[in-house]
Amino acid sequence: MASVAPNVQEIRAIIARHKRRDFIFAICGIIALMIGVLTFAALFTDMAIRGIPRLDADFFTNFPSRKPERAGILSAWVGSTLVMFVTAAVAVPLGVAAGIYLEEYAPKNWMTDIIEINITNLAGVPSIVYGLLALGLFVYQFGLGQSILSAGLALALLILPVVIVATREAIRSIPQMIREGSYALGATKWQTVRDHIVPYSSPGILTGVIIGMARAIGETAPVITIGALTFIAFLPPSPVQSEPPFINFEWLFSPFSVMPIQMFNWTSRPEAEFQVNAAAAGFVLVLMTLAMNGLAIWLRYRLRKNIKW
Amino acid sequence: MTAVTRNGSESDVNSARPTAKRLAQRRTRIWREKAVESLLFLAALVSVFTTLGIVYVLVSESVVFFSHVSIIDFLTDTQWTPLFDDKHFGIMVLLSGTLTSSAVALCIAIPLGTIIAIYLSEFAPFKVREVAKPFLELLGGVPTIVYGYFALIVVTPLLQKIWPELPGFNLLSAGMVMGIMIIPYVSSISEDAMRAVPMSLREGSYAMGATRFQTAIKVVVPAAFSGLASAYILGISRAVGETMILAVAAGMQPNLTFNPAEPAATITAYIVQVALGDLPHGSIGYQTIFAAGLTLLLITLVFNILGHVMRRKFREVY
Repeated sequence: MASVAPNVQEIRAIIARHKRRDFIFAICGIIALMIGVLTFAALFTDMAIRGIPRLDADFFTNFPSRKPERAGILSAWVGSTLVMFVTAAVAVPLGVAAGIYLEEYAPKNWMTDIIEINITNLAGVPSIVYGLLALGLFVYQFGLGQSILSAGLALALLILPVVIVATREAIRSIPQMIREGSYALGATKWQTVRDHIVPYSSPGILTGVIIGMARAIGETAPVITIGALTFIAFLPPSPVQSEPPFINFEWLFSPFSVMPIQMFNWTSRPEAEFQVNAAAAGFVLVLMTLAMNGLAIWLRYRLRKNIKW
Repeated sequence: MTAVTRNGSESDVNSARPTAKRLAQRRTRIWREKAVESLLFLAALVSVFTTLGIVYVLVSESVVFFSHVSIIDFLTDTQWTPLFDDKHFGIMVLLSGTLTSSAVALCIAIPLGTIIAIYLSEFAPFKVREVAKPFLELLGGVPTIVYGYFALIVVTPLLQKIWPELPGFNLLSAGMVMGIMIIPYVSSISEDAMRAVPMSLREGSYAMGATRFQTAIKVVVPAAFSGLASAYILGISRAVGETMILAVAAGMQPNLTFNPAEPAATITAYIVQVALGDLPHGSIGYQTIFAAGLTLLLITLVFNILGHVMRRKFREVY
């Protein structure tokens, strides 16, 4: 038993070594996280430093121009707004309806399986493929042209899986007893869905919709593929007019540009002045997507905290 | 029973109409329920039609393309010059750019994503996780064109300081930034997989005197391996389909190379380049983007299916 004393010391050394490894790995983890954080911080501050001096009222009210100091993002942000409007008008009803069907109505059969597998697969399809779909189908087959409508539809199909998955998750978290209570009072399935399921899941659905829209607003590739213009010096016709019927839909078929495409155009020019414009447009874009994603994360956080069934 | 019949016969005059009305109401109600259900079903079918539409568009245009160009030339030719007079259609050229940039991205995203996932799942205190996870999500929500700008304007000049011969457009900086962009996807799926490993396995390991690090590497990671693999595979399919970073920062010159320090076009960048120009509908140049798109879709489809198979496997273990 003479070797006990060195053994204890050896074991202590081993423990210390292993604890040190734990510590070293924790540091590695923090460093890895910091690489992500720092990249983002660098990206954000770089664009802020270069871009903010360009951000004045003129930048938002000028059309793109050959002269970098006179160029603005008017046609781009108007185009983005109108495209987003179409996207939301299509993706939200379709996505919510599909989510409701899959959670509340769908029987367990092969058809439902196909729909579900299909949605997971669509979520993995590269965004540019949606652009090709829209180019082949909407632009040429349906003859919608290289228009706001085509772009809005393409982006709507792109974010549909996001909206469907969010809707399903929100509905799934509603306990069964809510439905049973409603049926016990004689409500039909649709009445239950309309008066209970949809209202109670709406914050969750809203979260998904905001995340989807944030993705759609930053998407460049599908919109370029459709053939959005990079240089456009006019606005689509106004959706509201002074003569009856007051609303017109000509804007749906108008050529357009969007924010990310405007930024792409400026980024790919060799002149440094245009890259200042790109930084400014990028800064606006990042702020918008950050605000939308942040809002969604905050909503979800509040939801988790407040709702206890 | 008798009460009901007597009631019915007694109030022939008074309640016949309400009964009929109630029945009619019931009928419209049933009809309405059915109508609503079919509407909802149609909405769910839209996703199936989307897939069919994608397949139809890509295949029908590609069929026309392959009637002009033999599929063997497409797969083996070492030049990609569809817009020149001397036309060559070797998809290998574009594929090399896609694979090289994806490889660079994965060299960044897989190690960092895995370390972050292990750290968040096994080491990080609750507070750190609560802050880090939404932040990573924000990182994944930044528009890719912004990352492209960052790669071209910030990362490439930075790399050129270390390595002055690096050209202004190169796959390296695009791939690196793409890697950073993919980190959130890899880390969040990996973390989910590791958190799905039951506590009892960790407790068993701790009871044997293992440290956190040993438990994480020797117990949790192997147990969650198929989940990790599916995260990597989905990361690959993201990288292959990424467009704007490469279109901005890697140049759009078709170049058969596996050297990340060179400029090269990827499949996606080529599609963007053609779409920016003004190719007439129905020309061979126009059809090439559908053939390229079909190739892209097939590659990502294979990876996605692999990823889902892996993921299903890890869900079934426990």
